[in-house]
Amino acid sequence: MLLYIARRLVWTIVVILVVVLITFVVFFKLPNGDPALRFAGRSPTPESLALIRHRLHLDKPFYIEFGYFAKNFFLGDQNGWPGLGYSYEGSVPVMQEIKQRAPRTLCLIAGAATLWLVFGLAIGVLSAVKRRTIVDRLAMGFALFGISAPVFWLGLMALYIFWKTLHLTGGSGYVAFSQNPGAWFSHLILPWSVLALLYIAIYARLTRGSLLETLGEDYIRTARAKGLSERRVIFRHGLRASLTPIVTQFGLDVALLVGGAVITESVFNLQGLGWLAINSFLTQDLPTVLGVVLLGAAAVAIMNLLVDIAYAFLDPRVRYA
Amino acid sequence: MASAGGATLLDVRDLSVRFRTRDGIVQAVSNLSYTLRRGETLGIVGESGSGKSVSNLATMGLLNRAYTQISGEILFEGTDLLKLRPDEMRRIRGKDIGMIFQDPFASLHPMYRIGKQLAEAVLAHEDVSGDAAWSRGVELLEAVGIPNARSRARDYPHQFSGGMRQRVMIAMALVHNPDVLIADEPTTALDVTVQAQILELIDRVKREFDCGVILITHDLGVVAETATHVLVMYAGRAMEYGPANEIFNAAQHPYTWGLLESMPTVEKRLETLIPIEGSPPSLLHPPRGCPFHPRCKFRFEPCDGELPPLFQVPGGHLDACYLSPERKRDLWTKRIGAELGVTG
Repeated sequence: MLLYIARRLVWTIVVILVVVLITFVVFFKLPNGDPALRFAGRSPTPESLALIRHRLHLDKPFYIEFGYFAKNFFLGDQNGWPGLGYSYEGSVPVMQEIKQRAPRTLCLIAGAATLWLVFGLAIGVLSAVKRRTIVDRLAMGFALFGISAPVFWLGLMALYIFWKTLHLTGGSGYVAFSQNPGAWFSHLILPWSVLALLYIAIYARLTRGSLLETLGEDYIRTARAKGLSERRVIFRHGLRASLTPIVTQFGLDVALLVGGAVITESVFNLQGLGWLAINSFLTQDLPTVLGVVLLGAAAVAIMNLLVDIAYAFLDPRVRYA
Repeated sequence: MASAGGATLLDVRDLSVRFRTRDGIVQAVSNLSYTLRRGETLGIVGESGSGKSVSNLATMGLLNRAYTQISGEILFEGTDLLKLRPDEMRRIRGKDIGMIFQDPFASLHPMYRIGKQLAEAVLAHEDVSGDAAWSRGVELLEAVGIPNARSRARDYPHQFSGGMRQRVMIAMALVHNPDVLIADEPTTALDVTVQAQILELIDRVKREFDCGVILITHDLGVVAETATHVLVMYAGRAMEYGPANEIFNAAQHPYTWGLLESMPTVEKRLETLIPIEGSPPSLLHPPRGCPFHPRCKFRFEPCDGELPPLFQVPGGHLDACYLSPERKRDLWTKRIGAELGVTG
């Protein structure tokens, strides 16, 4: 098991490096404004520009620049490890920027993920058990709505109804938990719900499909033949075996959201990582882009690792393979 | 039936099972009657789709009643199982009637330890501690001949061979000393060498646990070894039903002859096996009259008219064929009996 995890870790680092390299190359193929110009501030002199270019290694071929980036990344820079350098925009350390944005996105994801797991699974199980009844049809109708409704529209509607009209929740923006837990919750409940709705729909369908498939298995018939209660047959035997595809999907979804809850973050003005990614792409702020991409790739890799470990716990056949 | 057995355990009377499907109503089982006594092994033989499994799933209460119409009676020690509420049926399932299935590779939950699955079966009907349930499971594993039962109980199904898994299934069906053990094609998925062991085991536990066994199979060879009675089914109906020695020595129905002719034995070479031409009829639109008549070599006038009833034949068993007993004896001794080395 430990060897397995170690092997996966090494492989993960390789994958992240490749992703960063590709991002680097793509970035240098973009029609580029001169970063030095923006870095230099309002009235640059040729000397200061040259100095900046030299310090940022912009005067060298891109693979050298990448080398410097990789070196800083692995060994750390003056701002600690991992060294991600300074953003072109505003010359802030990228790490600092990410540290500031990450909690917002992570709070958003954690809350939404909890909601969608609980409700998605519940609706999926209900729908599978009450298959082809009115309950099932309603649940699947809801799922279709959830999958089809655009997040930006849902977000704006939710804001209009629950904040502006009913004054039940906080509006857009983010309040840190340490500042005011009540306001933190009140500002996040809408983004959580709106982001979760789509996933509740997806997970309800996924759970229903997976559970129905499992309930057709021979060992479910065996469980019934033993005289187990229907509740036990469905949860202990059916749902247990249906969890594998759900766990896979969950790992992937959470990982992708780390760098990509862009629309929800924008609608509710949370200014998290997704927002940071979009802004830095638009201003061609290479260090920040690289920082966010790295984080996103790392999130995918780590979640995959966690999913694989979860598999081993869920399914003994994986453990012994 | 003629043979003196123990007390009647199962008395199935005029059982019919219909499935509602998109294409119409499937007549899976029609007017089926049979009995099982303690100590007997009833072999139910037929091709796939002949209704042999469905009739026993009805006994177990494992058919989805929402899509299934069941009529007739299934009397278990006097109680009509078809009239029980689901929770009453659940208390009989796995306790008084145990069942094992065709594919031991798919019939055990892949994610739970063998011991756990056995203990669960114990706890389903008995209020004992988890440890006691586990111990009972281990006992049963020993009883069905699993070596090192104590440590093997901690293994998962994928660490067992097919034969061993089928032993586990048998152990699981026996935890509550059931009165009836239903084995649905228990050897079909297994190697030939293992098949014999499993059949022997079923026969042994029948004696040790003093129950009645229903052995469902498409293979008359399997039935020949252990069955005391045989029910031949075709298209959801009983074709022939009686004591095993009667069926094997004086088969009356052309369909049974067909099964016997197509049954490979050590002496018979492949080219001497005679397949039954054609395929079973659709149960959505069963043919008029005898369901077997479109494939029957001996069909004559009445066969596509009225459905033949079950005639009592001289030897003392039941047979649904219009051929006269004389003609049947003639055909049997001349054609089939001679080939099988049986003399009339």
